Amino acid sequence: MGYYLLRRLLIVIPSLLGISLLLFMVLALAPGDPFEELATNPAVPPEVRASLRTKFGLDDPVPVRYVRWITAMAHGDWGFSFVSRVDVDKLILQRLPTTLFVIGSAQILAILVALPVGVFAATRPYSLFDQIASTLALIGFSLPTFFTGLLFILVFSIYLDWLPFVYRADLAAVGWRWYWEQFRQSIMPITVFGLAVGASMTRYVRSAVLDVIRLDYVTTARAKGLGERKVVVKHVVRNALIPVVTLVMLQMPAIFGGAIVTEQIFRIPGIGSLLISSILANDTPVVMAVTFVFACLVVLFNLIADILYGWLDPRISYS
Amino acid sequence: MDERALRGLIAKVKVGKLSRRAFVHKMLALGLTAPMASQMLDFCGVANAQAKFEYKPTKRGGGGALKVLWWQGATLLNPHFAVGTKDQEGSRIFYEPLAGWDEDGNLVAALAAEIPSRENGGLAADGMSVTWKLKQGVKWHDGKPFTADDVVFNWQYASDPATAAVTIGSYKDVKVEKVDDFTVRVIFAKPTPFWADAFVGTRGMLIPKHLFADYIGGKSRDAPANLKPVGTGPYKFVDFKPGDIVKGEIFADYHVANRPHFDSIEMKGGGDAVSAARAVIQTGEYDYAWNMQVEDEILQRLEKGGKGVATITPGGNIEHIQLNSTDPWTEVDGERSSLKTKHPLLSDPAVRQALAMLVDRKSVEDHIYGRTGSATGNFLNNPERVRSKNTKWEFNVEKASQLLEDAGWKKGPDGVRAKDGKKLKFVYQTSINTPRQKNQAIVKQAAQKAGVDMELKSVTASVFFSSDVANPDTYAKFYCDIQMYTTTMTQPDPEVFMNQFTSWEVATKENKWQGRNITRWRSEEYDKTFRAAEGELDPVKRAALFIRMNDLACGDQAVIPVVYRPRVAAISSKLKASLSGWDNDLWNLRDWYREA
Repeated sequence: MGYYLLRRLLIVIPSLLGISLLLFMVLALAPGDPFEELATNPAVPPEVRASLRTKFGLDDPVPVRYVRWITAMAHGDWGFSFVSRVDVDKLILQRLPTTLFVIGSAQILAILVALPVGVFAATRPYSLFDQIASTLALIGFSLPTFFTGLLFILVFSIYLDWLPFVYRADLAAVGWRWYWEQFRQSIMPITVFGLAVGASMTRYVRSAVLDVIRLDYVTTARAKGLGERKVVVKHVVRNALIPVVTLVMLQMPAIFGGAIVTEQIFRIPGIGSLLISSILANDTPVVMAVTFVFACLVVLFNLIADILYGWLDPRISYS
Repeated sequence: MDERALRGLIAKVKVGKLSRRAFVHKMLALGLTAPMASQMLDFCGVANAQAKFEYKPTKRGGGGALKVLWWQGATLLNPHFAVGTKDQEGSRIFYEPLAGWDEDGNLVAALAAEIPSRENGGLAADGMSVTWKLKQGVKWHDGKPFTADDVVFNWQYASDPATAAVTIGSYKDVKVEKVDDFTVRVIFAKPTPFWADAFVGTRGMLIPKHLFADYIGGKSRDAPANLKPVGTGPYKFVDFKPGDIVKGEIFADYHVANRPHFDSIEMKGGGDAVSAARAVIQTGEYDYAWNMQVEDEILQRLEKGGKGVATITPGGNIEHIQLNSTDPWTEVDGERSSLKTKHPLLSDPAVRQALAMLVDRKSVEDHIYGRTGSATGNFLNNPERVRSKNTKWEFNVEKASQLLEDAGWKKGPDGVRAKDGKKLKFVYQTSINTPRQKNQAIVKQAAQKAGVDMELKSVTASVFFSSDVANPDTYAKFYCDIQMYTTTMTQPDPEVFMNQFTSWEVATKENKWQGRNITRWRSEEYDKTFRAAEGELDPVKRAALFIRMNDLACGDQAVIPVVYRPRVAAISSKLKASLSGWDNDLWNLRDWYREA
């Protein structure tokens, strides 16, 4: 196990290097310039732009810039944003809690919906409940979040005027009012996002449970005279969850990606919206850092999924 | 309109026959700026108009929270590094200049005790210096007094090339000296007719010496106050997250009585313009939203909800079509559109005139921009026509056809005109933006009727407006026949704006296409007039020179103006704010208040 872990961790290094090189190349080749706005403003002399470019090292050849970036990164220096002239790690740390809160709550909501619905639907396959659940799940993961998000805003904010649609990270209220306000503003983005994730998860849970529920040991358990509840919870779900857990882990990167869209719609100041605004402003260091964080997460969750799999299912061994 | 006619108009204002505002509007129509117009009036001794904005609250504070929405959030809060207007606006909550520009182009004092003029001795007769008297008893948010040292420091800070301040243009050619603790003198290198640039308006916000003195030049990025501004403005800094939120709270020692009205301010960033409009106009969640780049049709639909409206503030932005004077299809010394070539078709004046007649500005206004863009034939041409809003624009397909026919461009079997084997075919490019593509279609349709073939091309905005030397599709390279975009005249003095037709500003390979003359149109007379205006101290004579320049460039169809685009903002029906097209949206934030 230890050897396996070490080997996997060693593989991570070249793949992250490869990813960073690719990202850097793409960004370097893409059109645009962080000081573009200065170019169209006649009041700013061109020398200012030129000196800013030299100062921030934008005029050096791409390989030089890449080596500089990667060595700084290795020393824990993430660089600083061209646009806001703030250190990138500070910028990301400022935004990370919001993203984690939204993604975490959405994930919890998704699990809370997907588990009971999926299990219940699988124990009564092709019943009316199963049909409805499957249809809703299909609709749920077919509709993109930018559509459902706008729909929610239209219904709950504009027609009904119940909920605000601009998310604020630092609410002015304190105490219970803060919780209430936080609840009100979070409910739409979390629901939109959580249901989209939950829909696909429901399908996974259902099919995993269906696979297990017909196995002989389940019949044996029933034959022993165990109650249905005990059979499902103790014998079926536990085994069925093995593939589901890995799937959830492997889905994490997609979830971060989905968060970008949701954050943009509801003006949530998370790293997803930071990524979008940095791309629009050609703020290369921030784009690099955020995408690199995403890349690390993908690699990390892949690793966790593999390890969890072996831990949950003793039949698989890594020695 | 020449100098005499201008003087006649000013005389009319003086005796009250013509309102000050009507005069300013006339000058706007002539392609000048409101600040310049008001400068002319001041110079001729017409009394400065009182600000019309009425501030009703009778005490400081008590107005609750002011919530404004900027769909591109402020990313930094040092006015000397403000890359875009969003950053200037964020800084403007905390910092103030000596004076700002109101909507009619009048200077309104902020940190100055009075506006310099000849009468009060502020302006030197030779145009070589201006003396500013500073307001006394002003405090920075940390309690330190504001003095002349701070003003002088801002000049040192911004004019140091190592600081790389974007405001350097306003400070590098002047010298600033302290006369006494509350008086500073700005000294120019040559006679300068337009003196109100340094320390005024968007690029004039003042930062405190005691916090920035150690961070001048190369260390400028490290100043802690870059992110935690300490200014003299009506609101004190509370919190800032780049791109997301700027928060401020009332400054109890603010130097103007009874102001500000609000207890706190919150500027939220992110999202898109349409939903920002919704949050103000439809749901009332926010009080004000900036830069509504939204189709008028949508705005009107939202306004039916009644919680807010769209406000239109005139400024100096013009959507215009440029005609290339050089040949974009022949490469000379590694560059197309080289000055050594001449455009094979557009060098014929008849073709240019015909094209100008083929732009249906009225349809563009009616069907695309609505209130957010009014048809204009000017950077300027005939003032007679400008006076009325219902003026008929020369849109006339028959006349254009006739013009081309007379000039020898005959229709071929494919319906496209040709002369000497050259077909009237143009490539017409612009950036990707729905209104612009609609606009292109309108022009193409009319051109087709007149026998002119147009190939439409659209380029992603991030490429089109980039300064990427390697990319052939940038607006500055202009590697096609015709192109269209909006030129912004944010600076109150038209001089910088008008240098875009001078021959020394042509964008070429040599200057990496950084020159501002994109059309590559050149005229000796224009150059001469521009040089004359640079040193002309009498604002009226100077205005006449600018009008002449406008005449030259537009009369020769170097550009075809299409619509004039005012600033559009969304504002809650209860919020009272005085906005200006010649300064930041928040230029007069201290006077904003909410009606009960």
